[in-house]
Amino acid sequence: MEGFPILSVIMLSPLAAVLLLLFIDDARVAVVRGIAIASTSISLGLSIYLLCIYDKAKGGFQFIEKIEWVRSLGISYHLGVDGISVAMVLLTSLVIFTGVFVSWVGIKHRIREHYMFLLLLVSGVYGVFMSLDLVFFFLFYELAVIPMYPLIGIWGSANREYATMKLTLYLSLGAMVALLGLLSLYFTAGAKTGVYTFDMLQIASLSYETGYQIKVFLPLLFGFGVLVPLAPFHSWSPTGHAAAPSAVSMLHAGVLMKLGAYGIIRAMWILPEGAQYWMPWVAGLSLINIFYGGMVAMSRRDMKFMIGYSSSSHMGYVLLGLATVNYIGVNGAVLLMFAHGVMTALAFSLIGFVYDQAHTRMIYDFSGLAKKVPFVAVAFAIMGFASSGLPGLANFVAELMVFIGAFKEYPIHAIVAVFGIIITATYMLRCLRDVFFREPMEKWDDLRDARTFVERLPFVILIAVLLVVGFYPTVIVDVINSGVVPLVDKLNAAKIG
Amino acid sequence: MDIWALLIVPLAAALIITFITRKRAELSSYVSVGAVVICFLIVLPYFVRMLGNPHFEHIEQSFLWLDIPGLMVEMGTIIDPLSLIMLFIVTFVGSLIHIYSRNYMHGEKGYARFFASLSLFIFSMLGIVLANNFIMIFVFWELVGLASYLLIGFYFEKPSAADAAKKAFLVNRIGDFGFILGIFVLYYATGTFNFIEMAHIIQAGNVSSGTLGLAALLIFCGAMGKSAQFPLHVWLPDAMEGPTPVSALIHAATMVAAGVYMLARTGFLYAAAPQEAMMVIAYIGGITAFMAALLALGQSDIKRIIAYSTLSSLGYMVMSVGVGGTGAGMFYLMTHAFFKALLFLGAGSVIHACHTNDIWEMGKLYPKMKVTAVTFILGALAMMGIFPFSGFWSKDEILTSVFSSGNYLLFGVGVLTAGITALFMTKVVAVTFFGEKRYHSHPHESPVGMTIPLVVLAIFAVIAGFAGLPGLDPNFGTFVSAVAGSAAAHAGEHGAHAEHHFNYFVAITSTIAVFIGIIIGWLIYSKKSIDNNAIAEKFSGFYKALQNRLYIDHFYDRVIVAGIYNNIARLFNFIEVYIIIHFVLNGIAYVTRQIGKALRLTISGQLQHYAFAMVGGVLVLMIIFVLL
Repeated sequence: MEGFPILSVIMLSPLAAVLLLLFIDDARVAVVRGIAIASTSISLGLSIYLLCIYDKAKGGFQFIEKIEWVRSLGISYHLGVDGISVAMVLLTSLVIFTGVFVSWVGIKHRIREHYMFLLLLVSGVYGVFMSLDLVFFFLFYELAVIPMYPLIGIWGSANREYATMKLTLYLSLGAMVALLGLLSLYFTAGAKTGVYTFDMLQIASLSYETGYQIKVFLPLLFGFGVLVPLAPFHSWSPTGHAAAPSAVSMLHAGVLMKLGAYGIIRAMWILPEGAQYWMPWVAGLSLINIFYGGMVAMSRRDMKFMIGYSSSSHMGYVLLGLATVNYIGVNGAVLLMFAHGVMTALAFSLIGFVYDQAHTRMIYDFSGLAKKVPFVAVAFAIMGFASSGLPGLANFVAELMVFIGAFKEYPIHAIVAVFGIIITATYMLRCLRDVFFREPMEKWDDLRDARTFVERLPFVILIAVLLVVGFYPTVIVDVINSGVVPLVDKLNAAKIG
Repeated sequence: MDIWALLIVPLAAALIITFITRKRAELSSYVSVGAVVICFLIVLPYFVRMLGNPHFEHIEQSFLWLDIPGLMVEMGTIIDPLSLIMLFIVTFVGSLIHIYSRNYMHGEKGYARFFASLSLFIFSMLGIVLANNFIMIFVFWELVGLASYLLIGFYFEKPSAADAAKKAFLVNRIGDFGFILGIFVLYYATGTFNFIEMAHIIQAGNVSSGTLGLAALLIFCGAMGKSAQFPLHVWLPDAMEGPTPVSALIHAATMVAAGVYMLARTGFLYAAAPQEAMMVIAYIGGITAFMAALLALGQSDIKRIIAYSTLSSLGYMVMSVGVGGTGAGMFYLMTHAFFKALLFLGAGSVIHACHTNDIWEMGKLYPKMKVTAVTFILGALAMMGIFPFSGFWSKDEILTSVFSSGNYLLFGVGVLTAGITALFMTKVVAVTFFGEKRYHSHPHESPVGMTIPLVVLAIFAVIAGFAGLPGLDPNFGTFVSAVAGSAAAHAGEHGAHAEHHFNYFVAITSTIAVFIGIIIGWLIYSKKSIDNNAIAEKFSGFYKALQNRLYIDHFYDRVIVAGIYNNIARLFNFIEVYIIIHFVLNGIAYVTRQIGKALRLTISGQLQHYAFAMVGGVLVLMIIFVLL
């Protein structure tokens, strides 16, 4: 396999499908779905393969591909992955592959366009996780955000215009601010060496004055933080989730939010002293995410809003993990990005499955669904317990690591964060009780359970991943760790220096 | 390797039932029963070998579960006398209850689901018992919570069952909040999660006593949740919404005792913890024991009465641990597992026959159900602690260790509790099996599959106490004090001193209290020379408070839970919706829109307006230019 451009194939496979779909007739739904499944299968297969062949002992960026693009500006098509990005690429593949099946069940009109935008978006996501060139990093970032606008605007549910407008404005604002930071890095690095380049490896290898780092880290933190979403810039996210169709919510919460956290990780890597300076603030803000997000989730009756706020609450743990800047916490944060991505994709796919039939997501509209849709009920329960950090499921391991890491650096924060899982358990179990338990209602008698292969496959895959990582976290933690160690070492050196 | 089979077999059973035999109820029950019996057969040879040699070298087997710089977590098992005793109890009582359940649950719709959950429970429970480190014990600690949730909520269409399941899980979560923080404190103080390594570090005196006290109390929070200690006791009575065998196995014999087991397992911590911390534990145990016994008096649901008596027993055990009598606590745990499982299964047999839980709708069942009645009465005698039944010896050890630790107030509470226990157990027996007939159905003795477990448990409820006979060597105390890594294993003191003495004063005092209780009970409920309604009248306020669980649940529901849901969560939601979204964000959007509208006026489409504006602009620029 030497010389095989595995990263390009993973990333371009959905893009190729988009191009192919341009020439397919709308009516030929089976072909459209076939193409979507084929392209995402290739990406998923190769992502799993990537996890297996990534050299953990060696670490660093591997599978590098570099083609010069605009020499005068120092822009090149430059891909490469470290342990952190390998995990994120795998997450993306899992979510889009299952998402394609969820859309098969849920999307009934303009199927071809829906898949085109979905696949376009996911190419952008892959691109962000793989790019080692800041220009491409930014372009892919935009490519991941822009298709959201039509995806929610066209296939969304209630309040979609408002939601999609808000989401796009927020994310564009974030992107713009982040761009300022990135450009500043380009010019400062160029002025230092005399060679102007957007090569991230080159830019990260230089050291910058402390004052400059502190100044420039802020726009990056804010810009990417909006996408995380860092409180108090989070309100686009639950609204967006609620209006989006299932597969889009899955990608949005499962993957897009992780782009923000990934951006912050890269910013930490480039500007370690800046990161050290701002991390206590991030730790503080993360508590707002955790506690405030959890409390708002508790008071919500719309399941999608509940999970939406829950997501922003759980991303708080990711931020807290990053803020610890120690091996345990950062490893936990990255693992949680993965675990939460899978869990939340499961949540939105399940809620979507019920919503598509019932046309309501209000908790109080339901009762006793476990009798009618036992498969969905069991899957939902597993999701709820995963979210509440039950051992045996991936989220527990990740949260445990974040807590242990945080307890060392910020014991008070850690206590609040641990308390947060009680909050999560409260609203998850209450939702489980009200929706799936208690007396069955007559009006839901003809609700259909997930029976066919296509309906069950996404749920089964996502649950299996949660269980495998939950029971034996080493499968993925080893790889993540190989990416985290050099990052944390660099940050610690900056602290002492 | 056969140790790991103890975990693999029940887990495999749960998975097989879930994925393969789900539709075939009968087969599913065989899979589940088979799994737990296999576990028992695996444990048995180890157990027998231990009886011959209590000081054998403990066996630890681990594998690496998580390995990153600064954090190495293992999953590992430990076999020592303590874990073997507990393994024996869990698999032995578990086997009997599984067999009993086959008949008891017959014809239920979720038969297969029930057995899958039971197997999941056995898997998790054995994980707790076998764990050799804190992370592993916490993992399985949470998993038994899951199994308990699933089984309490077995009749999930019933709102009360759905509520009870949720309550149990969440209340336990609150305890586990402290538990996990305690684990973190210990990890950063000692650098390991492993019990034995941690014990050595603490015994070497490398951890400050303040840290130990804090850790001891935080870890104890976990036990407070699982073993339902005041103020986290509220979930256990509600947990009786689950099927009766579940109440017997999980909410009496094994899982709720896991808290006490964990305290014994981490005895090295409690042996080193400062006295103040231990007093907190002892008093919480004492309060729980006394309060629960009182509450049991106010109930008329047979399962709830036994549930409160379980609470009371758990309080006894915790009190014992608090005064340093860990061995006594474990001894009580064992005898309690037998007689309490027996009482619950007996209650189940009665409920099965009468189709009601209310003891006032039973009466005179003795002639109809002789096996159930006799075994139940034996269980009740053991529970009251009548010589020479098992409960006598274990209760006596606890009271002796409390007495010899000098906590006379707690000793008084313990004796009083014993008296009240005798009173309400007399009431249950008298009202259920004797007196006049008040049932409406046609009760008959339960099938053999249910009565055999009753008989076996009854035998153990009677004789198990001799395991701890004072003067016997080796006796129960020897085994417990040989727990791996404990200070006692080296020094032969702390936790072992009380067991070997028999204190006549203690035995006689408690026996007198018990007989007073029985006599009062007999006078009220059997001979009726004292009218129980009259007493209820006279102390109507107190009686009502007892029936309402001293309003503790009301307080939690109406003040704490409602306060959080209706006030705090809503406040946050208000901030989110009205202040952040409507006011700030939509406000910004509104202002932007208005500015846009205003500016739109300038785009009038009339050339003269533009020309005018242009001239004006040029003028302004000129003025600026000239002035500068």
